[in-house]
Amino acid sequence: MKPVAFQHRFPADLQDAIASLGAGASPVAGNQSLGPMLNLRLARPSMLVDLASLEALRAVTETASHVRLGARITHAEIEDGEVPDPTGGWLRAAAGNIAYRAVRNRGTLGGSLCHADPAADWVIVMTTLGATAILHGPGGERRMPVGDLITGPYRTALGEGEILTAVEIARPGPGARWGYWKYVRQTGDFAKASAAVYVDTGRDECRCVIGALGRQPLRLADPEGLLDGSISPSEAVARALPDQSAASLAQHVVALSRAIAQAQAHSQSQAGGDAS
Amino acid sequence: MDGDQGAGTGGQGFGIGARMTRREDHRLLHGKGRFVADIRMHGMLEMAFLRSPLAHARITSVTKPDGAADRVFTAADLVGVSGIRADSGLPGFKSSVQPILAETKVRHVGEPIAACLAVSRARAEDLAELVDVGFEEIAAVHDLKRARDQSAPLLHDHWGENVFLESAVDIDFADAIKDAASVVTRRYQTARQCMAPIEGRGLVAVWDRTLEVLTLHSATQMPHIVRTGLAGCLGLEHGQIRVVAPDVGGGFGYKGILLAEEVCAGFLAMKLDRPIRWIEDRREHLTGNANCREHYYEVTGYAAADGELLAVDCSAIVDSGAYSAYPFSACLESAQVASILPGPYKMRGYRCKTWSVATNKPPILPFRGVARTGVCFAMESMMDALARDLGITPAAIRHRNLVEAAEMPFTNITNKYFDSGDYREALSRAVEAIDIDAIRAEQKAQTGRSRIGVGLSVFCEQGAHGTSVYHGWGIPMVPGFEQATARLTPDGGLELRVGVHSHGQGLETSLAQIAHDRLGIAPDKIKVVHGDTAYTPYSTGTWGSRCIVMAGGAVAAACDALAERIKGIAGHLLQGEADAVTLSGGQAMIGSAAVSVEEVGRTWYLKPQLLPDDVDPRGLEATEGYKTTQDTGTFSYACHAVKVRVDLDLGHVELLDYVVVEDAGTMINPAIVDGQVLGGTVQGIGTALHEGMPFDAAGQPLASTLADYHMPVASDMPAIRLIHMETPSPLSRFGQKGIGESGAIGPPAAIANAVNDALAGFGAEVAHLPITPERVLAALAEASAREGAS
Repeated sequence: MKPVAFQHRFPADLQDAIASLGAGASPVAGNQSLGPMLNLRLARPSMLVDLASLEALRAVTETASHVRLGARITHAEIEDGEVPDPTGGWLRAAAGNIAYRAVRNRGTLGGSLCHADPAADWVIVMTTLGATAILHGPGGERRMPVGDLITGPYRTALGEGEILTAVEIARPGPGARWGYWKYVRQTGDFAKASAAVYVDTGRDECRCVIGALGRQPLRLADPEGLLDGSISPSEAVARALPDQSAASLAQHVVALSRAIAQAQAHSQSQAGGDAS
Repeated sequence: MDGDQGAGTGGQGFGIGARMTRREDHRLLHGKGRFVADIRMHGMLEMAFLRSPLAHARITSVTKPDGAADRVFTAADLVGVSGIRADSGLPGFKSSVQPILAETKVRHVGEPIAACLAVSRARAEDLAELVDVGFEEIAAVHDLKRARDQSAPLLHDHWGENVFLESAVDIDFADAIKDAASVVTRRYQTARQCMAPIEGRGLVAVWDRTLEVLTLHSATQMPHIVRTGLAGCLGLEHGQIRVVAPDVGGGFGYKGILLAEEVCAGFLAMKLDRPIRWIEDRREHLTGNANCREHYYEVTGYAAADGELLAVDCSAIVDSGAYSAYPFSACLESAQVASILPGPYKMRGYRCKTWSVATNKPPILPFRGVARTGVCFAMESMMDALARDLGITPAAIRHRNLVEAAEMPFTNITNKYFDSGDYREALSRAVEAIDIDAIRAEQKAQTGRSRIGVGLSVFCEQGAHGTSVYHGWGIPMVPGFEQATARLTPDGGLELRVGVHSHGQGLETSLAQIAHDRLGIAPDKIKVVHGDTAYTPYSTGTWGSRCIVMAGGAVAAACDALAERIKGIAGHLLQGEADAVTLSGGQAMIGSAAVSVEEVGRTWYLKPQLLPDDVDPRGLEATEGYKTTQDTGTFSYACHAVKVRVDLDLGHVELLDYVVVEDAGTMINPAIVDGQVLGGTVQGIGTALHEGMPFDAAGQPLASTLADYHMPVASDMPAIRLIHMETPSPLSRFGQKGIGESGAIGPPAAIANAVNDALAGFGAEVAHLPITPERVLAALAEASAREGAS
């Protein structure tokens, strides 16, 4: 399969890119998801606005409270620690399990979020972290939680001409804990079930999220109850997902249980670390 | 019988038994192979197809895009072209005609309707999108179990049913079951798979006006058979067609098939007098072409209280898809099912009915192991079910019933002639290597939410079977004598010309090793020429684990004939008798007098004045034919043993250890045997755990990319441990046995047995491939519901 003919435009700067995104145009960065869709003719943009030339989208800035990663930072750069990881390792670990290294070499953080595949790693991890998406469009800059950016399977809140330019991640407070577990049958597959947990009492944040659902990540009600054991993962998942098949439910329960267990082990190892 | 049994198995040097590095690998691993997709020609057009989006429909109209009449071609344009027929001579076989381009009806998704030509593939696909086809959709036959329903729609209206062939065999069945203490019945199903070699099909068709020859460069493993089939469809003489198979990236059976795309490209290349190229993409491959494996079994085993297998009764349905594919036909699989289900076991009685049903899916094609993978899964799973019922171990029931070494050669209940081997020894070695005792101890200590299990499968594989076997099946292709040409060149090199094709089998190396064994010429001076009908003797090609036996035997025969010619000329040069000449290390010698083989070549071609007039005028080129001493085939055999861990919550199956004990007879090159067995085993693991092409009720294939069609991946494979046995075949030249398919046969059975062993405590069994997490969880849930109900 070969793509339908399209124009391939390299904009001079961000404003030019935004201006180029008229009807039928699609931005492209790493091309790891869009490329196959072009070849299968599932995506038929009249123009690709190639963000490869925009150095602004590769900017990395750090403040006392946040790390901001440009949207064109690749999975491999996060995996390899070439950019700061405010979580002290969680992002690196998540990045290192995305698909295959060949995909990670080219695939980007921003591209993955905008593609909004329900089974994608950044979609659930950034939602759980409460990361902020920074968008630029004809109307200027907008900020929104990644959890709000992703509105459905392969659907986002990006407006006409809007580009995700960066993702801002808060530095977790002391004692923050997290866990992420996904079930893939084979290395490189998309997840069949996934769950992520983030507890940051210092910043008063606690989320338990399940992914790979055929919809945007689902934040479970009463995450505190899940963590203190007053509600079991199977109860929480069954209540949140009444329509899933038994097998899918079972796999999500495992994912959630293991993500919670990771977060708890993480807490213990941190406590151990503090003691030494 | 020839006198070379077990020759040269010491593994030294370059001869038979040497673990030589494959000579073709330098080219292939450095990206210097030349595949069809590397071929470009002046004026070449790319071809893309408008393919049916529907599984079953009448075509009411086909309208070409405006202005594209000379670039878009439909069935009406294919004047003088015949559809593809592959009839079986078996009684009752119903014939189908596979259209080159569908005209009145489409019978599976992906069937070509219009061929579109352009300077690039993208432009050709653009054209294909503009072809307008009117359809009247018909209900699809999507389930092999429903194909024989009274209400099922008919694929081929004039048949009156959807059955290519029905067969029944009954050998002493009623008498055999009288003393049965255990009777178990199970239903097993294998998935429809795609072969998925790393390279798909592809072709470049070129018409030569001067010679009036159509050259088809095609990614095929059987160039001569493609030529025969193509000549029939295009109405050309054989001499007007040359088929060239360049480097080919894996075949596995798919590349033995004559494709409608080949016929179409050949016709258009002649009509337009321009080279036409078609490179199959992965979506075409998965959804429209490369289908295989789908079987359903209802099998009952009868055993005596002491574990003796008394009889097996089976009803099997093979989903043959819409058409009978050339040359293996729609009935090869079911014919194999009926004849090989008994496996390596003795039994008193046997009954088997088979149906090859037509469905609205692409034709079923023979994939590595052909029916054996499904048969082994059904038979070996049933053996474990019998063992559980009798309360004996899987190893014990196998040991009790396997043909014994002292009984070899052994003619089994379906008249298969097992040539040699020690099946029980293979079983014992596998049981010991996987250490079943340790696993049983480990199982006793299990807690938590996972369980380990161990599974076995034993099977034998008929390879290199010949004329009488294939004539019996009555398909268009019957192998006879396999021929090879050996030619000494003027500089003392050796050219071997063989009609088989090497696309991963390492024949450029192993055939050179055989020639070296016969003539003493250094391997780096031996060139194996294959893959071109203009250069090589007619051959049915590479299939059926036959090449090392048949082409190997032919190379040896041709080299022996050439040796006599060399000796004749050397005798003249040494002023002695030809009979007194010996060949060794590139020298022809009489006593201490020697002349190099190179000098012999130089003399014949360049200095004939040195030879007398009564020299043998046939010179230094010999073509010889070869058959095994009887054509019932060599039987390699193996025992696979696997240890698994099953996650009871996820349904995930993890392979912890894998042992293969196999016997390929005399190994010409043990490294190549290792590679064949390992690669096959990984494919079998794919069959067991991952690969499946689901179809919905409308006949739509649901896995159109490799994101949905799951192949086994290298990073998840266990370290497979190979243990060789080496029992020579009495039938082949050097005692070698075909081993190419063996690895792919055993894994589904062994893995299913291991999973069922792990789940035995819950009363759960899986019986449907691939063994997905969902199927494991469903089996557990079903067992739990049964428990609750009782």
